[in-house]
Amino acid sequence: MSLGTFFIMRHELLLITAALLVLIAEIFVDAGKKRSISLFSVIIFGVITLAGFIPSPTGTVFGGMYISSGTTLLMKNILNIGVFLVFIQSLTWLKKEENSEKISEYFILLIFTLTGMNFMISAGHFLMFYIGIELATIPIAALAAFDRYRNKSAEAGIKLIFSSALSSGILLYGLSMIYGTTGTLYFSEVAKLFVNNNLQILAFIFFFAGMAFKISIVPFHLWTADVYEGSPINITSYLSVISKGAAVFVLIIILYTVFPVIMGTWQKTIYVTAILTMTIGNLFAIRQQNLKRFLAFSSISQAGYILLGFIGGNQLGMASVIYYILVYIFSNLGAFGVVTAISNATGKENMDDYNGLYQTNPKLSLIMMLALFSLAGIPPVAGFFGKFFLFTAAAQKGFYLLVLIAVLNTIISLFYYLLVVKAMFINKNENPIEKFRSDFPTRFALGLCVAGIVITGFASIIFEAIKNLSFGV
Amino acid sequence: MDILSLFVLIPVLTITGILLLKDARQVRLVAIFGMSLQLIMAAVLVFLYLSARHSGNTDEMLFVKDYLWFKSLNIHYAVGVDGISVALISLTSIVVFAGLFASWEVEYLKKEFFISLILLATGVFGFFISIDLFTMFLFYELAVIPMYLLIGIWGTGPKEYSAMKLTLMLMGGSALLLLGILGIYFNSAPNGGRLTFNILEISKVVIPISAQRIFFPLTFIGFGVLGALFPFHTWSPDGHASAPTAVSMLHAGVLMKLGGYGAFRVAIFLMPQAAKELSWIFIILTSISVVYGAFGAIAQKDLKYINAYSSVSHCGLVLFAVLMMNKTAMNGAIIQMISHGLMTALFFALIGMLYGRTHTRMINQMGGLMKVIPFLSVCYVIAGLASLGLPGLSGFVAEMTIFVGAFQHPELFYRIVTILAISSIVITAVYILRVIAVLLLGPTTNEHFEHLPDAKWFEKISVVTLIGSVAAIGLAPFWLSSMIGTSLQPIVDRIVALNPF
Repeated sequence: MSLGTFFIMRHELLLITAALLVLIAEIFVDAGKKRSISLFSVIIFGVITLAGFIPSPTGTVFGGMYISSGTTLLMKNILNIGVFLVFIQSLTWLKKEENSEKISEYFILLIFTLTGMNFMISAGHFLMFYIGIELATIPIAALAAFDRYRNKSAEAGIKLIFSSALSSGILLYGLSMIYGTTGTLYFSEVAKLFVNNNLQILAFIFFFAGMAFKISIVPFHLWTADVYEGSPINITSYLSVISKGAAVFVLIIILYTVFPVIMGTWQKTIYVTAILTMTIGNLFAIRQQNLKRFLAFSSISQAGYILLGFIGGNQLGMASVIYYILVYIFSNLGAFGVVTAISNATGKENMDDYNGLYQTNPKLSLIMMLALFSLAGIPPVAGFFGKFFLFTAAAQKGFYLLVLIAVLNTIISLFYYLLVVKAMFINKNENPIEKFRSDFPTRFALGLCVAGIVITGFASIIFEAIKNLSFGV
Repeated sequence: MDILSLFVLIPVLTITGILLLKDARQVRLVAIFGMSLQLIMAAVLVFLYLSARHSGNTDEMLFVKDYLWFKSLNIHYAVGVDGISVALISLTSIVVFAGLFASWEVEYLKKEFFISLILLATGVFGFFISIDLFTMFLFYELAVIPMYLLIGIWGTGPKEYSAMKLTLMLMGGSALLLLGILGIYFNSAPNGGRLTFNILEISKVVIPISAQRIFFPLTFIGFGVLGALFPFHTWSPDGHASAPTAVSMLHAGVLMKLGGYGAFRVAIFLMPQAAKELSWIFIILTSISVVYGAFGAIAQKDLKYINAYSSVSHCGLVLFAVLMMNKTAMNGAIIQMISHGLMTALFFALIGMLYGRTHTRMINQMGGLMKVIPFLSVCYVIAGLASLGLPGLSGFVAEMTIFVGAFQHPELFYRIVTILAISSIVITAVYILRVIAVLLLGPTTNEHFEHLPDAKWFEKISVVTLIGSVAAIGLAPFWLSSMIGTSLQPIVDRIVALNPF
């Protein structure tokens, strides 16, 4: 292991260092001053996020089990930005009395899941990939049950760990078939030895089903709503943005690099699941009253749109997927940020509670509207560009019918996003949520999200940079 | 900075200005200042355009500016205008200007109202100056979305329902349009070379006919929804009836023209062969729009519904004329867009002013208003006469040109639909004259109406601006005609070259 290896793996190593530093800090900080740990963690993480952008060598480590390339670095940086935002957003919540004893756990566990995600993105071997996915999943189950005295939170943790275990089992079953038919688990060798026989297609289906659990693609989405609703809001936003984004990144890399031979098969799989995911996510979102559940279903349908970028197997597709995840991070965290702020201040999470919000809290309402418009794909915010590129990528390969179904789905989604806008701006309320001023971290995080929502779209340089780092089948 | 981008920049700056204001009382002034500047700019643009043409510039589009935006997809921010867009830009600035004065008395969330209204206008201006399909689409959606808030917050009646219906239907149209634009884009280089969104470049190639057959209907219906094409017009009556005055004015006056303009500039201009093949379907649909809209107007008792249905009829006529695909009819279509834009804005302004006084829009609850509020009543009569096509006002010029153009087709089918469409003039006369008779003439039926105040100064500005424009087109149509005509020539040439009769 030379110095160069350190640089190649620097994202993971930095994260592990950060987690250890927080752990050490936990030991040395007095019981009454635990809250300073959160500030310490956020600063460390901010430094790591910035450090991720320093240009560094790429290459392979551990005999090809770990691969670092421009694409993976980009993906990790995007995830870092998202996690940084989540951290800032959770500061207010962590100040609460009941959380004062477990602040460092929160940060350590989250950083470890992120490390796992980084490992799975960089995997060059299915074992490394599997270790990464487990490291990314198990701490989240603990975090979902963070409010352990609240039944729903405990339930969310259990549900998450059970469904993850099941999906891991399915995934492993698929991997065992891959090993059985090819005799190797290295990505590069599997790609060469795959010949499209029936057992291998079955193996792929199992693999895909396992990943579909993580991304909550229909019909593997059933855990999503309950877990999202039960978990603390910050964990929900982490699950819906970072977890999902990382799984999407991994899936697209593996589809493009390991399974190009059976492209016809996975295109059909994705065609069907994309339609189901968009439509069912949307139809269920219409009926939701609890905003966390609402955003859960909306994020299911968003996963459906993201699949449109996969289907062509083209470079534009990968670029649009990565770009959309970036946009989605800002938009969804913007929406969750507002929900968090209101929940922290008043404890209210239902859509009815938002009636007349604009009268009392105009800024929060505007941010919420911008975020929702971005999710719906309305110009001039970034979501419009993101959706446009996803649809362009699918249309480039001639999937016009799929694009038509997707654009019709955006109309359905616009309907329920407008319901929230209607509640905030149009509906009258006898006793609306009172005017409150959020603390600095909340405002800072929301400001970053808004800046992201607005700038990511217009600044074509971001999309071009992503495009240059993407590749096709 | 080029002159065309100023048309987007000025509204954006106005919005920023309003946002920064601390004092809500100045909102109106800033808004009116910005939009007056826009009106002056439009006048300057007309002048510059005419002088450029006069000095022998025969380019298809003038003042073209092109900035590369997304390099890998060859998306540009590209602007340029020809006579048609210049005419529509002028129309927009006039209607926006009048609309601001008509909403002088908005008090509830004043700041937000003017911001949304000007945002809508930004979208419209941007749409008319764009020659890149991507930016065009972006501005199109930008123009539609403020409608939701404008109707939902400041509207009347079942406003939430109407706002949702309108937004979703128009966005549905834009969804089809998106597909159409992507289809055009991926077929924009059939002989190899770089794909492009630029309308002028696409017009130099011939999109394969098999692709045209799929994407022409999508694009045409996509724009047609906004142009109130039957059976996609149902958002229009509800939306217009619920919208506040200025929004109805802008929406019927300008936003619906986006549909006509797009159908003509994108759908027909870029895909003329499929347009020729499939036009019969849409001609039937638009004929239904024209006649059904007129009959619908007869059946209504609410002034706004009457006018909304009449808009369906008149905008149907625009699409009808565009589909005739000859120079005379298309010329008529453009004049009809301008004429209807001004006329219907005038109508909605007057209806808003009447409603502000009488608090009803039901014609059977009013009567004899001519004696009480002569200024508004006379203006209403003028608007009505323009709408039913009285010579000397804009409506006559437009409809006359359209029908002459449509009748040039020798086939029986065209003759029949033209005669059907002409019948709408008679029906229009029925409902217009009936409204005037019931509403304005006769004895005053309601004693509360005896002491209504006549138009205030800002209402007069709004109304007089519009009437002046209507009369100007009616009395001197030739300058408008010639401005449009020279710009139509290359478009018609292309259509004829690809469709030998």
